[in-house]
Amino acid sequence: MMRGTRLRVWGPLLGLSIVSACSQAGTSAATNATAAPSPAPSAVDLTKPPTLGAPKGLTLPAVVTRELPNGLTLMIVEQHELPLADFALVVRSGGETDELGKLGTATLATSLLKEGTTTRSSLQIADQEAFLGVSVFAGSGWDATTVQLHTPTSQLDSALALFADVALRPAFPTTELERLRKTRLTSLLQVKDRAPEMANRAYAAIVYGSAAYGRPLTGDEPSTNAIQQADVRRFYDTYFRPNNATLLVVGDVRPDDIERRVRALFGSWERRALPTTSYGQPAAAKGTTIFVVDKPGAAQSSFRIGGVGVPRSTEDYFPLMVMNTVLGGSFTSRLNNNLRETKGYTYGASSGFAMRRAPGPFTASAEVVAAKTDSALIEFMKELRAIRDTVPAEELEKAKRYLQLQLPGRFETTGGIAGQLSQLVTYDVPLSFYNSYTQNIAAVTQADVQRVARKYIDTDRLAIVIVGDRKSIEPILKATGVGPVTIVDITGKPVM
Amino acid sequence: MPSRRARAAFRERSGDRVGLLATIVTLSLLMSSTAGGQAVPTIPNEKYTLPNGLEVILHEDRSVPVVAVNTWYKVGSGDEQRGRTGFAHLFEHVMFMGSENVPVGKFDQWLEAAGANNNGSTNGDRTNYYEWMPSNALPLALWLDADRMGRLLPTMDLPKLDLQRDVVKNERRQSYDNVPYGRASETITAVLFPAGHPYAHSTIGSMDDLSAASLDDVKNFFRAYYAPNNATLSIVGDFDRDSVKKLVQLYFGGIPRGPALPPRPSVTSQAVPRDTFLVLEDKVQLPRLYYAWRTVKAFHDDDAALDLVAYVLAGDKNSRLYKRLVYDMQVAQDVSAFQSSQRVDGSFRITVTPKPGHTPAEMAKLVNEEIDKLLRDGVTERELARAQNTTRAQFLDQLASVLGKADQLNFYNYFVGTPDYVRQDAARYDKVTAADLKRVAAAYLAKPRVTLTVVPEGKRDLMVTGVVQ
Repeated sequence: MMRGTRLRVWGPLLGLSIVSACSQAGTSAATNATAAPSPAPSAVDLTKPPTLGAPKGLTLPAVVTRELPNGLTLMIVEQHELPLADFALVVRSGGETDELGKLGTATLATSLLKEGTTTRSSLQIADQEAFLGVSVFAGSGWDATTVQLHTPTSQLDSALALFADVALRPAFPTTELERLRKTRLTSLLQVKDRAPEMANRAYAAIVYGSAAYGRPLTGDEPSTNAIQQADVRRFYDTYFRPNNATLLVVGDVRPDDIERRVRALFGSWERRALPTTSYGQPAAAKGTTIFVVDKPGAAQSSFRIGGVGVPRSTEDYFPLMVMNTVLGGSFTSRLNNNLRETKGYTYGASSGFAMRRAPGPFTASAEVVAAKTDSALIEFMKELRAIRDTVPAEELEKAKRYLQLQLPGRFETTGGIAGQLSQLVTYDVPLSFYNSYTQNIAAVTQADVQRVARKYIDTDRLAIVIVGDRKSIEPILKATGVGPVTIVDITGKPVM
Repeated sequence: MPSRRARAAFRERSGDRVGLLATIVTLSLLMSSTAGGQAVPTIPNEKYTLPNGLEVILHEDRSVPVVAVNTWYKVGSGDEQRGRTGFAHLFEHVMFMGSENVPVGKFDQWLEAAGANNNGSTNGDRTNYYEWMPSNALPLALWLDADRMGRLLPTMDLPKLDLQRDVVKNERRQSYDNVPYGRASETITAVLFPAGHPYAHSTIGSMDDLSAASLDDVKNFFRAYYAPNNATLSIVGDFDRDSVKKLVQLYFGGIPRGPALPPRPSVTSQAVPRDTFLVLEDKVQLPRLYYAWRTVKAFHDDDAALDLVAYVLAGDKNSRLYKRLVYDMQVAQDVSAFQSSQRVDGSFRITVTPKPGHTPAEMAKLVNEEIDKLLRDGVTERELARAQNTTRAQFLDQLASVLGKADQLNFYNYFVGTPDYVRQDAARYDKVTAADLKRVAAAYLAKPRVTLTVVPEGKRDLMVTGVVQ
């Protein structure tokens, strides 16, 4: 009996000192209670929730940063409780570099890293990984590509050699390329089975057109057929450069020892100037329109609503985090509370800003029972309009406390930390970000939230993508009067 | 397994992130080395029982100021009455709708305002509820859990049930009905296990049975199963043990012990009497072949060896089925194999999706050849080592967060009566031999099986209708 899937393990943590969470945190939501954390039984009213003590501060171990002569940045966090180490090579380029006609090159090149090096075949890499009990992972997304290693320190020599080989000496064998091409073409065929995936593709295409974030990371059928070995090699040779990468090391390690090993393995990696990447210009948003993708007989309708949002570098980061938490960023947020916990139309509704190097999308989403497709749209519109009004003080405070007080939990696990750290590295956010996080959330006002809601959620210019049973949902969607209804395919092109 | 909420629904969305699952590393873990060099820890804990029967497990881990509360009730979908499939999980949802001192909506609002998250899940054997939070919020979570354990019914009403009934029906649509191959598993179990067997029906249940659930069902189910003497409370993280014991006594100590618990289902595991062939039409591009055998329950002597058989067949790129069907011949898109073992029974499943242009019958022939080879020749030492070394590495990874540890302590307590059992569990896999793999493969995979072919609508001719040799 196996419980759960194999977890990729990461180590704690950053050189960030999280001092005292917000001062108002100690009140929790229960302000009229009488119990203290260790109350005397006789004094306690069990019908009232307890008053909570102040949250503890959190001090995290330091990040040691070193830079190699070739430009590779090395960040090391010591954590000695278990004999484990985690490595993550974060390369700051991903699918946004794909050329039109060759979409999916970055993700395919990255998948091929584990399919053969100059000294190891695909099967040898897999055999070593399993025999050593280590895991090597390579994946590419927007703005970044990551190669990861999780290993017991007893296997550090063999595991690091394997990791460096995969990262630095891929051979991109044509037989493996052809095999992955075949697998990918089959996966693309299977996209038609999954309404949420169809909705994601159509939504990106409609919001961004041919700009970078409108393209599917894993390409489409023509682009998958067009990619040649030279293309994946070009992606690798162009972007896998030490001056475009940071190596994160977390675990039972010593910085000097790691630096010595990394210099030996990665020291001769050659730096090279990088081309600039164009993210393209998304088409200007038009008047609110409903785009329906037909999935005959679908039990639910997949909703994706929104438009172009903000880059990670936005100066409105904190007001947006708070605003979105109120709108659709937590279980008690307005969207989930309305569409799930009040109406029962869905198993969950949410919203979020995907903040990337260029402005990523703002998306509100849910999977809704087909018969309530029109009612759900009306409720979505109601909430997207209402968030533009002043958020009541109590609701705002709940959202702010939720964001602030969760902070220690985000640094609990090695994986959480590695995820946070790699985000900072990808988007050039200074390591001191979390030192002022709590204060920055605290500073967000009702006026700030209203300002960003009005600035970034334009209910007159929404793209509304709904994948579902056209026959039953088209007439009822038209009747809502929310906007004209256009039938499109998963690339966003109108269907007659 | 059905959960109260989709687990990834509220991930923060700032860019696309690398893998987030992970491990908490703690000062209190004691290490023991094993042959492979990977060490498996013990989890020192204190376990005690309140006079009302509530079991309590405490494990301090002060590395980060967070804490997890995890409660297991010994009731799952296997305990459901005829005509009420899905009820245990529907009930789980209702448990979040407030209790005598917690108005509707406040359970979540108060926790979120304290920086806490929560969820629950139901499977055939048990229902769990959990919160994870900054350590100062622990009293709030305990108080909320005690209020719903002791005082759920005074404010229970039909609107609460009706609302969650709709949510759960949408969960069924989102996770099963509107998902390719989503109804395969419940189609198999309905035949693999005889009528009335606790695992013959799915935990999510049928739409008709969900519609039929009444307010009286909620009341009766609560009175029968939601008593302190049917629950175990596991608390892991940054807390002071003496203070927490006082709090547990204060909040839970006054909840009365429940009546005698209904007898739980028990079965004798045995192979299906004869080979059975099923077909299911679905909205899919490609057919898929499923094989299922009945095997053994969790922690049975052959359980670990069957896990390793699954790994040797489909656990990595060099595994028998993956290498031949997916890697070398490239006739399959994916293949998986696993041993699923629960409290009273288990099954072994193999799933293969042919690539376009290939058929389920071709897959059946190839899979059977590989099973025959395994039965005849057994496995190599290298194959066994890959399976064991990879499995051993997973044991450390399971103890990732305080939340994961809290659930793990409850898991072992439920199955073997000892919360700190992870090292012994790992040892089960270390001592399996190549001969064991050959033996269990023969003992279970040579027996009659259930064969399901899921086919695209109108393509019933793709159904596998005989044992292909």
